[in-house]
Amino acid sequence: MIELKQLTKTYGSKQKVTTALSGVNLTVAKGEIFGVIGHSGAGKSTLIRCINLLEQPTEGEVWVGGVELTKLGKRELQRQRSKIGMIFQHFNLLSSATVYNNIAFPLTLIGTPRAEISRKVNELIALVGLEEHRNKYPAQLSGGQKQRVGIARALASDPDVLLCDEATSALDPQTTDSILKLLLDINKRFNLTILLITHEMNVIQTICDRVAVIHQGGIVEQGPVSEVFLKPKHQVTREFINHDAFAEEGLKLATSALHAKWARIVRITFLGAKTYESVMSQVVKQTGVNFAILQGTISTIKDVPYGQLTVSFEGDEGDVDRTLTLLRERDLDVEVIG
Amino acid sequence: MKGLDFSIINWAEIGEASIDTLFMMGYATFFTFLIGLPLGILLYSLSKSNIWVLGWIYRILSFIVNIVRSVPFIILIVALIPFTRFVVGVSMGVQGTIPPLVIGAAPFFARLVETALREVDRGVIEASQAMGASTLQVIRKVLLPESLPGLVAAMTITAVTLVSYTAMSGMVGGGGLGSLAIQYGYYRYQTEVMIVAVVLMVVLVQALQMLGDRLVIYFSRK
Repeated sequence: MIELKQLTKTYGSKQKVTTALSGVNLTVAKGEIFGVIGHSGAGKSTLIRCINLLEQPTEGEVWVGGVELTKLGKRELQRQRSKIGMIFQHFNLLSSATVYNNIAFPLTLIGTPRAEISRKVNELIALVGLEEHRNKYPAQLSGGQKQRVGIARALASDPDVLLCDEATSALDPQTTDSILKLLLDINKRFNLTILLITHEMNVIQTICDRVAVIHQGGIVEQGPVSEVFLKPKHQVTREFINHDAFAEEGLKLATSALHAKWARIVRITFLGAKTYESVMSQVVKQTGVNFAILQGTISTIKDVPYGQLTVSFEGDEGDVDRTLTLLRERDLDVEVIG
Repeated sequence: MKGLDFSIINWAEIGEASIDTLFMMGYATFFTFLIGLPLGILLYSLSKSNIWVLGWIYRILSFIVNIVRSVPFIILIVALIPFTRFVVGVSMGVQGTIPPLVIGAAPFFARLVETALREVDRGVIEASQAMGASTLQVIRKVLLPESLPGLVAAMTITAVTLVSYTAMSGMVGGGGLGSLAIQYGYYRYQTEVMIVAVVLMVVLVQALQMLGDRLVIYFSRK
């Protein structure tokens, strides 16, 4: 649905060139929710703005829905843009227009008949749950309500693609969750392709199918969220996941407090239905080793359960090795770290 | 200083002068807005352009606007006499005042329009471009409605400025209250006439300002 080929964007004159993006390749499939995560200044904002050509890329191609946008003239680009919805961190609603007229705005641009506009807008107001606020102005709405108007407006022209530019970064955690739920809902309902950029890992974890990590204008890692999330390869990715800087310290403290004369520390990763099975206790019953849990998380990525436990096994060396083998045989990912 | 005697005032003349002032003001304001608004939009659009030719056109236009704005109005009236005669046939009186009023005030108003348009949130403009709006649609459906309170405030300031300009034109043969105040109050030492004329102009300015402020509040949605 979206394809970026060797996308490069530089700013400035000959003397001083700043590279915002360098040779980015990215493919987003139809119906997919794709997340791009990066620190501020990593280039993610430039990246999303290059997709509807709010920012003209210096080099490379942008394809959306089989059309090469970078080749189009002004008129044709305007027509194609109406097929790409976009929502923003600061909502960017018309302050002089009511909720109804804000949502109607993209339809008035393409000269939709009044009756058709009314039908469509009322439908969308119901979809985002703003029936009581239709005649209010943006200044009278909360942040979450404003973003709902933004989403309804973006959907008004029946787009194939929705771009989300830090859409939840200005919202509190509860409101963020409700907006993410709404995005997930419209993604399923309309099979809408969504590309979002964010600096919040929980946004990626909650709704994305695939993720790309962007750093210094280039994509350093990408893949299915569970893969990138559980087995981060790049330093930046790790930073996003272990945002808790105390995790490392905590582990050190835990290991120094271990009493057993022989222990092996391992990180075990569960993914899918296994997460909720009693694999651990079954295995240790068989081998007779003891274990202590040093650190652990059990949660979900989108709707897939996962768990990650750091455990120290205590007992006879042979028995511990046998335990690890058995765990691996049960399809768990076992990594010895100490 | 002797006591004031308001019985010497010819109220019919005052009435006539008031109507003249309103007439000049009305026409001048109308034409100032008619010319200044598109000029302001043009200035704004050119200043945002990243095509270098348009950038130069902006600089030249902006320079002309600055020149007109820096010429004192009283001199502008005199300098424009040939032009005024060409446009309305006379260079004095009520009609003769309107062209210099418009030429004096339109660049001023255009600058205020440009400033009001700059106040519009860049994000909103970008959002409408992302939805496929053309340049004209951005101006008509985003810039103008979003900056309406600012534009009304600019219109108020311009109308008030025009009141004082009409008074000034009284010095060089224009009509209206300003001319009355100068002829009777200054040349004939009839302070009473001057006081009445000034009071009427103060009332006019206050009324305009109040109307403008009300409208700004009415249109404000922030």
